[in-house]
Amino acid sequence: MDIIIKALPAFGFGVYQTLKITLLAVGLGCIFGLIGGLGRLSRHKVIRFLATCYVDFIRGTPLLVQIFIVYFGFPQLLKELDMLLRSQFGIVLFQTNPHIDAFVAAVISCSINSGAYVAEIFRAGIQSIEKGQMEAALSLGMTPRQAMRYIILPQAFRRIVPPLGNEFIAMLKDTSLLVVIGYVELTRTGQLIIADTFRPFEIWMFVALLYLIMTLSISRLVDFTERRLGVRGHHQS
Amino acid sequence: MAIIKVRNLKKRFGKLEVLRGINLDVAEGEQLVVIGPSGSGKSTLLRCLNMLEEPSEGTIEFEGIDLTDKNTDLPKVRESIGMVFQSFNLFPHKNVTENITLALLKVKGMKQEEAKNVAYTLLEKVGLSDKVNAYPSQLSGGQQQRVAIARALAMQPKVMLFDEPTSALDPEMVGEVLSVMRDLAREGMTMVVVTHEMKFAQEVGDRVIFMDEGLIVEEGTPEQIFKDPRNPRTRSFLTRVMQ
Repeated sequence: MDIIIKALPAFGFGVYQTLKITLLAVGLGCIFGLIGGLGRLSRHKVIRFLATCYVDFIRGTPLLVQIFIVYFGFPQLLKELDMLLRSQFGIVLFQTNPHIDAFVAAVISCSINSGAYVAEIFRAGIQSIEKGQMEAALSLGMTPRQAMRYIILPQAFRRIVPPLGNEFIAMLKDTSLLVVIGYVELTRTGQLIIADTFRPFEIWMFVALLYLIMTLSISRLVDFTERRLGVRGHHQS
Repeated sequence: MAIIKVRNLKKRFGKLEVLRGINLDVAEGEQLVVIGPSGSGKSTLLRCLNMLEEPSEGTIEFEGIDLTDKNTDLPKVRESIGMVFQSFNLFPHKNVTENITLALLKVKGMKQEEAKNVAYTLLEKVGLSDKVNAYPSQLSGGQQQRVAIARALAMQPKVMLFDEPTSALDPEMVGEVLSVMRDLAREGMTMVVVTHEMKFAQEVGDRVIFMDEGLIVEEGTPEQIFKDPRNPRTRSFLTRVMQ
């Protein structure tokens, strides 16, 4: 017990980092996801193809591998690009060996990953709106873009809240994978404290408890938001 | 003067040919009623008139503009063609007033105050002045359909298309919707109405066309079609629905 109390500030920092990365990942993921989701529904074959590639690649490969690609793969790529530019044009991109900060790599890999899942959530949400809504909007002279913006998306957003909450919870747990690049979030914090104290059982149980508190709070928040959104405009009278 | 001209219109859904060569003129101020068994293509024809369905072949002209031309500004044309759907299709996240004002604000660029006044005037016209702040889910089917009519009228269309506007309604609510449509007809609105309400067709229509299997089988005045149908298919359809 003493060990945990002593480690509380460190745990607090770990929780903060985990929440920060998750928020950034899903926040940016929503932007990528909206683009990806609309792309999957585009009339243009090329856009549809690109969006499908993105979603399939990300959802079909492990996040762990994606983190490795960003953190270890990208610097190599940048280095080769730097060498090419030096030899061909004499342009110097980097003075020292290119390196990606763990935080930047964490945000990039997690947000791109989240974006693919959110894209599918958006696509499903948009497709769940009855066809008649789009038709009514078009029949009033709206362009497809206006119809999407004023009629389809606002309705889709309400239906998207629960699955988006699930994505948030999934991402929160998956950020524990960032230990492999040494980013200090909650799981890495646990590792570091164990290295000092040699009490793996208590520490990992406490780490698990902290994750549980966060995930349960999020699902409560989602339930609450869902009810709030449900009241406005969707009276069940 | 024909405001709508349809020439050799064909529509295929995969292998199924739903419209097999339709020629039709709608005159300005005319009330045209389209009847026929389900699956005859009458709704598809109506939905082609504002290009909610894209024709597979043939042309549709509205005020001389070919709608099947890829360069035609369809949203602009659709402002002049109001449509009322079987399932109302009100926007559930908007209240009654917003349902009507949204397109005025976003499409016509009207000011909020002016748009609201248009909405209130039309809601009074369809007898729903007390529902300005209600949401669609709080209204009965008949009330929803009257809002939908008001919403279409707000754009000041030159033609109104009605796609079985009373088919989804409980019987006791059919009357209130038909009465609004009757008023519109009396004001001289150009209307194309797909309906199963034979009494309404007889009473309000200037002209009736009977469709079967993707073709216009017979057309004439309501008097002639209902009292003295010439085509055997019209006759058998009418005996089936009029009993």
